[in-house]
Amino acid sequence: MPHISIHNLNVFYGKQPALRDITVDIPDRKITAIIGPSGCGKTTLLKSLNRLTDLYDEVGTNGHVLIDGDDINGPKANVLELRKKLGYLSQRPFPLPMSIYDNITFGPRIHRMKRLKSLSRLGDFIRLHQVENFDLEQALEEGKRKKNGASDLLVEFYLRLAGLWDEVKDRLSAPASRLSIGQQQRLALARTLAVEPEIILADEPTSALDPLSATLIERQFQALKQNYSIIIVTHILRQARRIADYVLFMYLGELVEYGPAEQIFNDPQDPRTQAYLSGEIS
Amino acid sequence: MRRQIIEEKIFKALMIASLATVFLALLAIIAIIVARGAKAMSIDMIIKTPEGGYYLGKGGGVANAIVGSLMLTGGASIISLALALPIAFALQREYIPRRIARVTRLALDVLWGTPSIVYGAFGFVIMVYLGIGASLLGGIIALSLLMLPIMTRAMEEIIRMVPMQLKEISYSLGTTRLETTFSVVLRQALPGVCTAAMLAFGRGIGDAASILFTAGYTDYIPHSLLDPAASLPLAVFFQIATPLPAVQDRAYASALILLLVVLLVNLVARLLSARFSRNIIK
Repeated sequence: MPHISIHNLNVFYGKQPALRDITVDIPDRKITAIIGPSGCGKTTLLKSLNRLTDLYDEVGTNGHVLIDGDDINGPKANVLELRKKLGYLSQRPFPLPMSIYDNITFGPRIHRMKRLKSLSRLGDFIRLHQVENFDLEQALEEGKRKKNGASDLLVEFYLRLAGLWDEVKDRLSAPASRLSIGQQQRLALARTLAVEPEIILADEPTSALDPLSATLIERQFQALKQNYSIIIVTHILRQARRIADYVLFMYLGELVEYGPAEQIFNDPQDPRTQAYLSGEIS
Repeated sequence: MRRQIIEEKIFKALMIASLATVFLALLAIIAIIVARGAKAMSIDMIIKTPEGGYYLGKGGGVANAIVGSLMLTGGASIISLALALPIAFALQREYIPRRIARVTRLALDVLWGTPSIVYGAFGFVIMVYLGIGASLLGGIIALSLLMLPIMTRAMEEIIRMVPMQLKEISYSLGTTRLETTFSVVLRQALPGVCTAAMLAFGRGIGDAASILFTAGYTDYIPHSLLDPAASLPLAVFFQIATPLPAVQDRAYASALILLLVVLLVNLVARLLSARFSRNIIK
């Protein structure tokens, strides 16, 4: 069963429909891109998956979103667990008002994760991941000698996973707001990964970034899809072509067409998709 | 073209003139207080309470009023802070519907504009009900009533300025409202919260009407909450009302002390606020 399965989802802003009758399964461990013109409901779809739409009392929802078989809008749903499971990256990165280090440990502390204290648990977890140029066993040995070894290693691991470690390792206690915007977005990625989500939702994560930082983020996504399902909203067609395995095309609140990336890009069926891809509408 | 340039010049001149008026007024106030107060200023003024015949020009000082003012305003600040912060948070959209928040804001604005003598009279009624006379406690109650709306409203404005996206980020990590409020929103708003507390403190320590009946006046330093308490504004008031120029000068010296206390407290708050600003997101 796929992680995310959406059935007849409707979302309203007041009486204004924002999403109309969306039904789709999102494939696991792939990068799924949601594309479409501005205001077509891409972000709304993304935010209704981790129920960030709840924060706006004018937003109404009906239909079903099943995540691992459980209806996230159902009476038994636990929104805190849901949001922990679905990591979220916003369009403009916002560091939390604290140090770089604390930005990473914030989530694990809130959720009282054991690996923040236990080196052996952390080590077992890190072994499941591949991180470039990282000698885990040596790091574990060093960690044993330090007072906050586990949390230090956790911070290092996630910063490495997000491709930020080398740039910040000497100033972990500096305010996160001093980082460049591209670094902030990678910090946001590390912070999101640190609560150990299974799915990553990214809302135009590179739109505020310079091209180099954007490339770095895309590279991280490519690496991360082995362990995570990634859903990315983008209005940059070329970005979707570069990284997406699966594509959803939306138009005016409707899900017009979806399927594997090659199929959507090379052989779109719906005239609206064709018009969008050819640049007639944008 | 010509007309527009002249218009521009006239308005520029008007702005400079009004700015100059503000500065001149401030300078004039300080100049007069310093010029007249310096004559009567001495160490005795600060460390001694009035001795026999003080109001006829004999020895002593206004230590009773300095300590009284600090106790009154300090006590009222603690009470206001304890109430204002929760109210300010409660007024945010996550906690109560916006319509109720709007009505509450209006009510607070009305309270802010209420003349302080009304708070004095109201505080007096409460004291009669509680069966206590003019006392430190009575003054603290009346001053709290005066300071609470100012503090709440100022804090609420600051807290409302915390970007929604920052809260979204925090919620997306699976935090509860309480965790987001304390760990993220409060941190971000802390410098502003300091400023708000300061604003209310400045207003409270300078107010005479609300404590006239409620705190009373005494030549002694209060030893319990039920003792009457002197205050700097009333020290100014009583001394300036005497016919003796020497005692009138002491009124200016008292005003100077009041000014310095406010300045000092402001300075401390600025320092604190700068410290708290280190991590905030701009």
